[in-house]
Amino acid sequence: MSSFDFEEIHRSLGYLFFDGMRFTLTLTFLAALGGVVLGTILAIIRQSGSRLLSSIAAGYVNLVRALPLVLVIFWFYFLVPYLGQWLTGATRPVHVGGFASALITFIAFEAAYFSEIVRAGIASIPRGQEAAAMALGLRSSQAMRYVILPQVFRIMLPVLLTQTIVLFQDTSLVYVLSITDFLGAAAQIAERDGRLVEMYSFVAVVYFVFSFTASQGVRRLRAHIAVPH
Amino acid sequence: MGYHWNWGIFWEPSPEGNGTYLDMLIQGLWTTLLTAACAWAIALTIGTVIGVLRTVPLRAVQWVAVAWIELFRNMPVLVQLFLWYFVFPEVLPPSWGVWLKQLPNAAFLTAVVGIGFFMSARVAVQISSGIEALPSGQRAAATALGLTTAQTYRYVLLPMAFRIVLPPMTSDLLSTIKTTSIALTIGLGELTARARAMQEFSYQVFEAYTAATLVYLAINLILTLAARWLEARVRLPGYGKA
Repeated sequence: MSSFDFEEIHRSLGYLFFDGMRFTLTLTFLAALGGVVLGTILAIIRQSGSRLLSSIAAGYVNLVRALPLVLVIFWFYFLVPYLGQWLTGATRPVHVGGFASALITFIAFEAAYFSEIVRAGIASIPRGQEAAAMALGLRSSQAMRYVILPQVFRIMLPVLLTQTIVLFQDTSLVYVLSITDFLGAAAQIAERDGRLVEMYSFVAVVYFVFSFTASQGVRRLRAHIAVPH
Repeated sequence: MGYHWNWGIFWEPSPEGNGTYLDMLIQGLWTTLLTAACAWAIALTIGTVIGVLRTVPLRAVQWVAVAWIELFRNMPVLVQLFLWYFVFPEVLPPSWGVWLKQLPNAAFLTAVVGIGFFMSARVAVQISSGIEALPSGQRAAATALGLTTAQTYRYVLLPMAFRIVLPPMTSDLLSTIKTTSIALTIGLGELTARARAMQEFSYQVFEAYTAATLVYLAINLILTLAARWLEARVRLPGYGKA
């Protein structure tokens, strides 16, 4: 092995961060946002009175959670163009770019995991809260919106953020679609210049620093916002 | 829709020339199960040791355990696989590196070690939180009976902790199986890789992925039921659900 070439990393920083890491962070942020929204909707549907809707939501969540993310990425990569065709009434499958395909995949996938977190949060709120909201004359949807969910998000914020750190790491799997995320950018340079050791070591260090820092932040937050019993 | 369904595709011979597409997927399934089983054995062994070390009343030892957990938890598993596959052989003495790269089933071994170590961090967290969930009186009682620290863990703490963490450990086992699919990036022919190959050969995208999906669902169902049976089997009178 030739000696470790720091200059190679230095030369690649622009591409790695402005192209790669920007993609990774944008995807993480938007997928987390979309995943929490869709996940909350799924969790509410599961609490709802409708037997049919709640079993459809439960079926979706359990299906997605049983599958490897890689398989789900492949599924959506081929499915999204057909869904687009169906939604827009086009005559042929719609071309969807790499970013949109990845974003839809991660929102759909993470929603299942976020929904379980929100559901656990809803279950942790004492039943009396809902009863009290009803007694005050709130409708069931208002009780959810103004009484239950604000507490759920407060209690579950650390868990939601931890899941987002997992999501941040999982976005590296868009590698299988040859997309230029942080890992993808590094892989391209690694193969072009034959510098696999430098690039993959650097990628590992950067992911570690980001995830470790974020998880320490979550730990501090957990202590800070803990609801006194 | 412009998609041509052909569910008979599974009985057609694959262009690899050693059986049908169905045979191809079944081979993938065995590779998935074998890889996951070996990785799980590593994860369980190392994870238990690290989980115990994290609860041992010695600062330095706890620090080592925490460092292990944070190291393997904070890198994407795909990056960890690349480190083992591309970087590790290069940092070894040259002759070892060459030997390693020439192993016939390097992708399999890399997946087993990489996923095993990755999951060991999660198992360690489960085990240590299981031990910490026990009332401190258990440890005190064991000490009062004259048990050594090792005996306390072996006969008092671990048997209880394992029972407590059985449900989350089941989902870690299922994660291990799902995670093996990531090894397709280093050329392991596991189930998802074989479904992908089938899709590339035959263009029957949705049949291939539907088959893989059904197999993963079946694995999930069988293991969930098995875990439920095991939980009932090892439940102690007076602890847990009646």
